[in-house]
Amino acid sequence: MNKSFSSQDNWADNLYDKLRSMDISLFTYVPDAGHSAMINRALADPDVTSVPLATEEEGVSLLAGAHLGGSRGVLLLQSSGVGNCINMLSLTNIGRFPLLSIVSMRGDYGEQNPWQFPMGQGTQPCLEAMGTICLRVETPDDVVPTIEAAVNMAYRSDQSVALLLSQRLIGAKPF
Amino acid sequence: MAASQQAVSAQTSFTLDRGEAVPAVVGDPSYFLIIAGLSWSAKDVGKLTGEAPNAFLMGGGMGGAITMALGLALAQPERAVLAVFGDGECLMNVGSLSTVGFMQPKNLSMLCVDNGTYGETGNQLTHTARNADLEIIAQGCGIASTLTVHSEAQYAAATALLREDGAPRFVLLRVNDDPPRTYGRNFDAVERKQLFRRHLLS
Repeated sequence: MNKSFSSQDNWADNLYDKLRSMDISLFTYVPDAGHSAMINRALADPDVTSVPLATEEEGVSLLAGAHLGGSRGVLLLQSSGVGNCINMLSLTNIGRFPLLSIVSMRGDYGEQNPWQFPMGQGTQPCLEAMGTICLRVETPDDVVPTIEAAVNMAYRSDQSVALLLSQRLIGAKPF
Repeated sequence: MAASQQAVSAQTSFTLDRGEAVPAVVGDPSYFLIIAGLSWSAKDVGKLTGEAPNAFLMGGGMGGAITMALGLALAQPERAVLAVFGDGECLMNVGSLSTVGFMQPKNLSMLCVDNGTYGETGNQLTHTARNADLEIIAQGCGIASTLTVHSEAQYAAATALLREDGAPRFVLLRVNDDPPRTYGRNFDAVERKQLFRRHLLS
């Protein structure tokens, strides 16, 4: 059954709660409807610093700086914004900085806007080419275990890890 | 003022020697945690600090220095953080100034070493040599505390401004297009990251 676009069931809340329980306190984002529930939770959380970015690559360097200062954060972005990050992932890669990204996919399962396909289909190959490990999430039950794995890979093992939230999970935007 | 006159006035203000001006404006570098943007800014800061643990120098990731410093400032709100970067770097991600203006970090100072050229690639002109005034752009992004330095007489005011508190600060330091002082640089970013974190966090 196709979900309505606004329905994020409980998975977004569960995802947010898991991030907070693992000391993620800095939320950087370029808004996307697929992340709206998490962004609203972050903005309402007095113990979180929320940073709206002018472009996604700012989040890559910002989180590297935060790591120098001892803080854990996350970058929330849409798949189209992955392309804006590619060269800045040089910093992540060569400095072995931890990076946790959560990518809401477009140009994916059930997409109705053809313009989303080039970057949507290019997201995983581009990230992997720059040394980022991609973990795809297709169902609500996979969300919490996968984010827990990703936080540990990033912040215990100094890896760049991206969760790719499939349009199977978030729903395809109707036009 | 006509645009052509502005361009002439901008060109004639690129006169200071960066090897003298950057140390004079920064003052005691141990006051800050420092992020230096790639290329000549990294060399300026590396030479000035002797690559002390309080400075992280970029060697790529052009456009990332301002937001890297912002992330450090947000993570370390009790420490003074300084970003040092060139005009080319700033132009490449000028939206970063808007992100700083949005966040208004009280502990972040920015020093743009503006020589009007892409120095490392052969001194091709940047937009600041002709039309773009990064101090005005910073002001337009909500950074109220700014200064353009084009003479030695302003060094002390710039040094003091970088140490103010309460809102982010932006100093545009106009220098000529001579290269920075050279020294043997450590390009190992993992080693530099670990040194920085051990010194700051342990």
